[in-house]
Amino acid sequence: MDWSFFTEVLVGGLLSGVMYSLVAIGFVLIYKTSGVLNFAQGALLLFAALTFVSLTERGLPFWAGIALTLAAMTAIGALIERTVLRPLVNQPPITLFMATLGVSYVIEGAAQLLWGTQVHGLDLGIDDLPLEIGGVLISTFDLFAAAVAGAMVAGLTLFFRYTRIGLGFRAVADDPLAALAVGLSLDRIWTAVWTASGVVALVAGLLWGARLGVQFSLSLVVLKALPVLVLGGFDSIAGAIVGGLIVGAVEKLAEVYAGPLVGGGIEGWIAYVAALGFLLIRPAGLFGAKPVERV
Amino acid sequence: MTDLALDKPVPPNAAGPNRTAPTARRGMVRPSPTALGVGLLLAVAFGLLPLVGSEYLFDAILTPFLALALAGLGLNILTGYAGQVSLGSAAFMAVGAYAAFNLSLRLPELPFVVDILLAGLVAAAVGLVFGLPSLRLRGFYLAVSTLAAQFFVQWVFNKVGWFSNNSPSGIVTVPPLSVAGLALDGSVGRYLFGLSVVSVVTLVVWRLVDSPTGRALAALRDHETAARVIGLPVLRLKLLAFAVSSFIIGVAGVLWAFAYLRTVEPAGFNLDRSFQILFIVIIGGLASLRGAFLGAALIVVFPLALARLGETLLGGLFDSGVLEMSQRIVLGLLIIAFLIAEPAGLSALLDRLWHRIAGRLTALCSRLCPRSGSNRSV
Repeated sequence: MDWSFFTEVLVGGLLSGVMYSLVAIGFVLIYKTSGVLNFAQGALLLFAALTFVSLTERGLPFWAGIALTLAAMTAIGALIERTVLRPLVNQPPITLFMATLGVSYVIEGAAQLLWGTQVHGLDLGIDDLPLEIGGVLISTFDLFAAAVAGAMVAGLTLFFRYTRIGLGFRAVADDPLAALAVGLSLDRIWTAVWTASGVVALVAGLLWGARLGVQFSLSLVVLKALPVLVLGGFDSIAGAIVGGLIVGAVEKLAEVYAGPLVGGGIEGWIAYVAALGFLLIRPAGLFGAKPVERV
Repeated sequence: MTDLALDKPVPPNAAGPNRTAPTARRGMVRPSPTALGVGLLLAVAFGLLPLVGSEYLFDAILTPFLALALAGLGLNILTGYAGQVSLGSAAFMAVGAYAAFNLSLRLPELPFVVDILLAGLVAAAVGLVFGLPSLRLRGFYLAVSTLAAQFFVQWVFNKVGWFSNNSPSGIVTVPPLSVAGLALDGSVGRYLFGLSVVSVVTLVVWRLVDSPTGRALAALRDHETAARVIGLPVLRLKLLAFAVSSFIIGVAGVLWAFAYLRTVEPAGFNLDRSFQILFIVIIGGLASLRGAFLGAALIVVFPLALARLGETLLGGLFDSGVLEMSQRIVLGLLIIAFLIAEPAGLSALLDRLWHRIAGRLTALCSRLCPRSGSNRSV
């Protein structure tokens, strides 16, 4: 076995796993604080990338595009929270999930109705040159994406630990009733969470858009994030990162070493099967909270 | 956030006992309105429609409606009655369709009715395998794991040429439908065939959900731990739900392929199809037999109606791209609106409407003819 090739595949897998984590974190933020598995995260990501690309293609400078898209994402996040989720408070989780499925249909349709269905290129100004580190070739873009993801996670961690509203997040995640009882405003916190996940969607959308081109299939990235969530647990940011790394590595290694044996194309489901096998041993994922049920 | 399992109480079908209450109050033995309604519907569907319907009505509306309604019925057993969410229904449709295709191709001596049963059994077996995780997983974890079925099955049919008889494009044409020497390959024939299958399966399902097993499934949905405590075989029930549901969805796949499209291809059974079936169940009403039919009717008719409407209102501006996007938007809005305004779906909506009309009629009757309430047309 060629170990340097193996390492190269492994590192490539881990780095693309970081990209999966990036999407998964958006899910975790919302799930942790409101118990909603937000299927619309992929559609939000598509919307963010498409809006940004269309704005810059119309001659807007980079930062203005970012600012405008950010404003749009904030507005959409808040709007979803107000109009869809607030009327559904206290409904069973599956109802909320279905509602976000509906939201994702609306956003996907609206994004393409608004900006058209053609494929846009997105250039973030990072050359995708292979970089040689210790005899292993690594893509610069992947490294950049990993750095961005790392910075975002660090930022989120600091935010959760040291700001007042971050503390509020954690309180709500821990026990919504108790949080209400001590006078925290659930409304404000939920709006803030949706805004935050809009920001995460923007970052992930830009990176994924630069990788794949900005088009409808971008919203399918969500399907890559689900096994990550299952592996790491729906309510753990650390889990999303570790899960992403595992899924990325498993996917690449399986594609390179097992793919040729069965005719290739297995990256569509291998992550799910791996996650499933893992869940049979630990049903709440790596870091997920084990639900306690009372009769 | 501890209590996030999906198996929370689903609002039961509001129909319940008061549907037959007016009859009971009068103390007369007569068929319930439901039975009368179903009989009337069947008479129209079997007797009248084949005489008056156009080819378009059968090919574009009624046949796909029947197949999707059956798939919805199957998923409703799993999701509505047993409370296990599945996002992989289309995979089981594909298994049924491909199984029936291969059976009719490789064992032509078998009658087609046997093919259907065997195809359903194959789908049930596959469903059983992918239902195994439900023994350990709940809620969203289970929902996501059913996606494994979706992607894996689609990949297998794409990759293994044997299933599609090594057709280079992966698309196969199914043999024309014929049952016991009777050729059913016209529009009406295929419709009647679908209608017969759906009627039989619906009857069986109706008996099933009304049986002790059906009530055990509901107990499992409403509180799994409690169901275990009162001694229900929870694991066996879950697998049973997966098997029965997959059987029915597999048969729906056979109808989809043989009665509606007359071709089979993996791309026709993608994730969007799975979501479509889930939407049918949600919009129609969880844990309601009527719900699957009402939901399927809406899902089939609404894109056609929207296309017509858009054409009339916007004319040339309304091209196929715009149509597809606006269909997505309206479908999404429809789902959100239903979840907020009527979580129990079209079925409950219909009930409320019915009660209001019946109430009006009663009031009207008692005013017009104070002594007899029996000339009410229920």
